[in-house]
Amino acid sequence: MSRILVLGATSAIAQAYARRRAAQGASFVLAARREDRLAAIAADLKACGAASVETFVADLAASGEIERNVKDLQVRFGAPDEVVVAYGVLGEQAQAEADIALTRALLETNFTSAALWILALLKDRPEKQAMTIVGIASVAGDRGRGSNFIYGSAKAGFDRFFEGLQQKYAGSNVRIVRVKPGFVDTPMTAAIENKGGPLWATPDRVAADIERAVAKGRRVIYTPWFWWVIMMIIRHLPWFVFRRLKI
Amino acid sequence: MREVSSWGRLGRVPHDVVRPAFLDELGALPGTAGAPLLCYGMGRSYGDVCLNSGGRLIVTDALDRIIRFDRERGILRAEAGLTIDRLLRVTVPQGWFAPVVPGTKFVTLGGAVANDVHGKNHEHVGTFGAHVTALGLLRSSGEMLTLSRDENAELFAATIGGLGLTGVMAWVELQLAPITSAMIDTETFALDDLADFFKRAEESRHWTYTVAWIDCLAKGAHTGRGFFTRGRHAEKGDLTVHKPPRLDVPFDAPGFLLNTQTISLFNLLYRHRPFVLGEKRMHYEPFLFPLDAVAHWNRLYGRRGFFQHQSAVPMANAFDTTRKLLELTAEFGEGSFLAVLKLFGDEPSPGLVSFPLPGATLALDFPNKGESTRRLLDRMQDVVLGAGGRLYPAKDATMSGEAFRTGFPAWRKLEAQRDPAVMSDFWRRVTAEAA
Repeated sequence: MSRILVLGATSAIAQAYARRRAAQGASFVLAARREDRLAAIAADLKACGAASVETFVADLAASGEIERNVKDLQVRFGAPDEVVVAYGVLGEQAQAEADIALTRALLETNFTSAALWILALLKDRPEKQAMTIVGIASVAGDRGRGSNFIYGSAKAGFDRFFEGLQQKYAGSNVRIVRVKPGFVDTPMTAAIENKGGPLWATPDRVAADIERAVAKGRRVIYTPWFWWVIMMIIRHLPWFVFRRLKI
Repeated sequence: MREVSSWGRLGRVPHDVVRPAFLDELGALPGTAGAPLLCYGMGRSYGDVCLNSGGRLIVTDALDRIIRFDRERGILRAEAGLTIDRLLRVTVPQGWFAPVVPGTKFVTLGGAVANDVHGKNHEHVGTFGAHVTALGLLRSSGEMLTLSRDENAELFAATIGGLGLTGVMAWVELQLAPITSAMIDTETFALDDLADFFKRAEESRHWTYTVAWIDCLAKGAHTGRGFFTRGRHAEKGDLTVHKPPRLDVPFDAPGFLLNTQTISLFNLLYRHRPFVLGEKRMHYEPFLFPLDAVAHWNRLYGRRGFFQHQSAVPMANAFDTTRKLLELTAEFGEGSFLAVLKLFGDEPSPGLVSFPLPGATLALDFPNKGESTRRLLDRMQDVVLGAGGRLYPAKDATMSGEAFRTGFPAWRKLEAQRDPAVMSDFWRRVTAEAA
């Protein structure tokens, strides 16, 4: 059965995904900052049918501690055969533009630390150990937009990084699944006014798509699927149209 | 401020909405804001028990984790936002079922406790609250209390059926019922009239689940015509979990969709649909939650929404009162889409202000046509009160304060236990002139 390491296990999408995998009897190592919240999620996953659930308390965005954390994980729990990179912060664009330190934190959390985590995990991986790595990026990374380019560019970097790994490991026992969710109704998006409507998906809807993508070994998915169409259009809008859009 | 409505969709009311994702966030909620607060689960109550105009609404649907599940004894403790839908997904494969389920599984445990909901098995097992072994309640004083029959017993009794007024429910622990199959053995009979219903109900007392569907457009000698269905958990079969809704109503239906003619047609087709009568083995989903197959079915009533009347009257007056209510409905021709009739048993609820009483309960939906619908509902209320009965707060949008206070004489005890930071539109409405 799968042994899944979830980085950012308290995120709503990660939680919904873990519930689905728990029902199939997977084992988990849940990593996040808050011990009490991890404990609540661990209890829930056990009740859902998880074979075992361990928790690992760490600040995942702290780039300096990643190598030590990976060693620690390896010693305590062995190598996972699936890693889900689910943590991230949306941040507030205008605020971040005015505050360089905040921008740095957003970039570190959403891109730098995530890239380092994956490199460290791959470096320490036993050669024969097959591994699936699920990277949860965002449609926001598909084209730079004035309203959201700090988060967007970090997620774009994240997705390029995973794309590169995908090519490097093509044909090996390391599989990379890139996930690009659209609007998801989670605490991360709580500050967005007028949430709701046909474009908004539940975390479970996104989790179901990820589950299918992992099972089928897809390289990249948009979730829900219609974001593929939307982003195809947005990516190809000519400049004279795009520059006028307030998105 | 965000606009929120209840299941009846009679209006959209602005609220300061917060949606905590973890129990630790609850601690910061009560007491901080000056405005009163109220918990809101899935919004499946029909009127205003789940609304708090201009105040704070704590939406609990993300607090849906299981805290502990004892598979040997069938005791489950979960955060109060867990839905019966998700509960069944986890417990059915293990051979455990919710002891009491309302007509939809899209309700939270907190909502089920707050409204002390009942199911088609009330005669045997009483209300939902009768199976609650303990509750975690956060008071605005900052205290997190454990409530049970032995611990904080008064507050426990006030919280069951307490309409969410005693504080913020953090978790619910309940005793599940064992099953060996997800299937239900059912039998359905045609009913010629109301006397037929009482006869069938009497002879079906040993069946776990009983319910009748009544054609409320039938008049005179035909009053009470419909179907009677009874069921019990089958002994053999798989423990397969239900599927998600198959259909959805994506937007409001035009107001004219449900009128007397279309409803007559529906009732006619429903009555004459093939293969309905006789013995059948079916999954619990279509038997217990027939309307859950269509997500957002409340949109069928159009933009103006709809009312529901659900009353309970003591057994001694059950026949006459039910007859009167059905006659009134037929006479007014407001067009009820669905009328459900069943008997309540005499199993007492541990709750202070609980709706069921030994007797009969009738539930009818009415599209909101404004004044004329309200007039009918008022008339029905008077009939119910005259028979020593009461109306169900979870379904109600129109009952008078007097009707509530007469029907639920223990309401003052609930008011005494109410958390001072908590309020609802319903409670304001029915207690205003008594203050």
